[in-house]
Amino acid sequence: METSVTQLEERTNLVTAPPAVPPQSIAETVIEPKPGWRAIDFAELWQYRELVFFLTWRDVKVRYKQTVMGAAWAVIQPLLTSLVFVVLFGMMAGMRERTNVPYLALVFAGQMAWQFFQGAVTTSGQSLVTSANLISKVYFPRMIVPLAAVGAGLVDFVMSLGVMAIILVFYGIVPPIQVVMLPILLLGVVMTAVGVGSLLAALTVAYRDFRYVVPFLVQMWMLSTPVGYQMEEVYRLLDKAGIDQSWLGLYFTLNPMAGFVQGFRWCILGETLDPLYMFASGCSAIVVLIIGSVYFRRVERRFADIV
Amino acid sequence: MNSPAIQVDAIGKQYQLGLREKANETLREALVEMAKAPLKRLRHLSGQSDEGSTFWALRDVNFDVPEGEVLGIIGHNGAGKSTLLKILSRITEPTEGRAVIRGRVASLLEVGTGFHVELSGRENVFLNGAILGMSKAEITRKFDEIVAFSGVEKFLDTPIKRYSSGMKVRLAFAVAAHLEPEILIIDEVLAVGDQEFQNRCLGKMHDVARSGRTVLFVSHNMAAVESLCTSAMLLKAGKVLSIGTVREIVGQYLSGINAGAAAGRYENPDSPLREVRLVASDDRGVTDTVVCGQPATVQVVIRPEMPISDPAVRLVVVSHNGQRIFTCNSRFQYQRLATTGQELELHCLFEGVRLVPGDYTLSATLLSASQELAVAEPAIRFSVAPGDIYGTGRIPQQVGKGVYFPHVTWSSTNASADSLMNDESVPSNSLSKVS
Repeated sequence: METSVTQLEERTNLVTAPPAVPPQSIAETVIEPKPGWRAIDFAELWQYRELVFFLTWRDVKVRYKQTVMGAAWAVIQPLLTSLVFVVLFGMMAGMRERTNVPYLALVFAGQMAWQFFQGAVTTSGQSLVTSANLISKVYFPRMIVPLAAVGAGLVDFVMSLGVMAIILVFYGIVPPIQVVMLPILLLGVVMTAVGVGSLLAALTVAYRDFRYVVPFLVQMWMLSTPVGYQMEEVYRLLDKAGIDQSWLGLYFTLNPMAGFVQGFRWCILGETLDPLYMFASGCSAIVVLIIGSVYFRRVERRFADIV
Repeated sequence: MNSPAIQVDAIGKQYQLGLREKANETLREALVEMAKAPLKRLRHLSGQSDEGSTFWALRDVNFDVPEGEVLGIIGHNGAGKSTLLKILSRITEPTEGRAVIRGRVASLLEVGTGFHVELSGRENVFLNGAILGMSKAEITRKFDEIVAFSGVEKFLDTPIKRYSSGMKVRLAFAVAAHLEPEILIIDEVLAVGDQEFQNRCLGKMHDVARSGRTVLFVSHNMAAVESLCTSAMLLKAGKVLSIGTVREIVGQYLSGINAGAAAGRYENPDSPLREVRLVASDDRGVTDTVVCGQPATVQVVIRPEMPISDPAVRLVVVSHNGQRIFTCNSRFQYQRLATTGQELELHCLFEGVRLVPGDYTLSATLLSASQELAVAEPAIRFSVAPGDIYGTGRIPQQVGKGVYFPHVTWSSTNASADSLMNDESVPSNSLSKVS
């Protein structure tokens, strides 16, 4: 009880007190072992929001320094991957015969969400190890590190939004009204990315093997998510194999990214979307976020000692 | 309001020695570890658990720091100083105990934490400031001041990978120096940079110390501790040995160091560096007192287990307050030292001891071309007694003022005064250079 009061005092004070001037109420920090599970301290994160901004800004800035094409990479990567998917799935597998929208637009709408997710998970998974020098020398809420990595991915996402707009103009597609829902879907992707990213970041600190697990995991995850193909292909496959469609609910729950990728296509291109499945993915994103961050909070006290 | 700024109550920190082992660097190691794991568990169950695999870096540490006090924390390497600072800066959690800190804390365990080499000086000031806990507005406000203090104005927009290490350190310290916390925790930051820069840092820290802030300061530099701190604490093997006035504690620490050094002679039959002896000029044999101006010889006996490529011996003399006076390395003057694995004796003659009277310790290190093979630190302690260094019969007594008597010649444009000053001719032995 005492701790919570003092911590509250500290927060308010850290934000408002002019430094080096004797404050009215002295900020009091209690340092003691806090075993067990801890929830995310949102107030403290908010207090450190400028540091999140600076680390994000650093990541973005550093990524494109000394690269010839600079930020163009953020555009080229998803675009080229999409073109490969168009050739692979659309042409070679003949899937583009079965769609009503241009295959490139279809793929890119999903690719946008996936590319962001993949980048965010990969960089935030590595983030603690690459920030080892910070973690062992300065205190700040550790959660900031994977958060900033996800934040840097958002900057790239904004650029691929521009590419999406160009593709839409090129094909003369007008997005449906539900395009206003895009930020909510993006929030879902961000939550999933933060959850998975912080979980992988915490695991990578303790077990460096996860450096090898992450790229593999991401690749498998992408192939099992309808990024290069559309959701209808999954339905067709189920029909062919004689599997009951009700299993799809489990699929969307286990893989929230499937729901969000399909959601992006629904928002931008007006593709079909089952609200129930979308709901399953949304709930699953929240659960992933909670699991990842709670595990992170549990093991973060050891980071400085083992990183 | 009179409660202390820092209150530490039975703080302890336990480390697991095997912890690093868990962080497998490669997949292969991971698999090997996985195969070993059941074995380990078995050993655990059968009671042969790894008792030795944990150790207490700190145990039962209690102390209070009143507001405005500058507390120097001293102790040997591994005494737990850094661990204590890490706990108080909240970087790592204590295993037991409790500490209460009243006030905004900034900790400076390293200069330039979070600097990114690809970013420019300007960008790094903001990044580093934010990492140290400054707000953006605060950094913007102090930006010009920071840049002026660092002296790297011209290179502000150059990536710092093109900076010299000195410039980097100056910029980093400039940011840190503009932190304005109520409590400042500093670890050994003065151990970087050149002398001029260190003096500037010390000056800035004096300002901080006088501004009424509470400071915890860890250092091996006893001179810095003595000039900055208002009180001191001695840590040994994870425990607080004593707390008191700076003079008292520093004295205790240094006498602890000196206790490890024998007077005049060091012997260790198990080390390749077998013996270090101090011998005075007049063949009195081993001595612990040399006379200022008189010759003295340091004799080092080495017996390596195997031939060493390009061996050398390094001697370091440290004054009673922990200040390093000089280093001299045989490699620069004596190239013929070769070992065949046999015992050999190396002599280093000081033709005239020029150190000011006082107490000193001498350390010796045996080096090969690439590494230190054996260290005797400190090997021996000795005193320098006042002597007729200039051969004029007038004996300087300046104990503790400066560190050595320079080799100079005085003259004046007034011929009669000149002959008056040099009424006694200077003996040739004190003219010859000290090696």
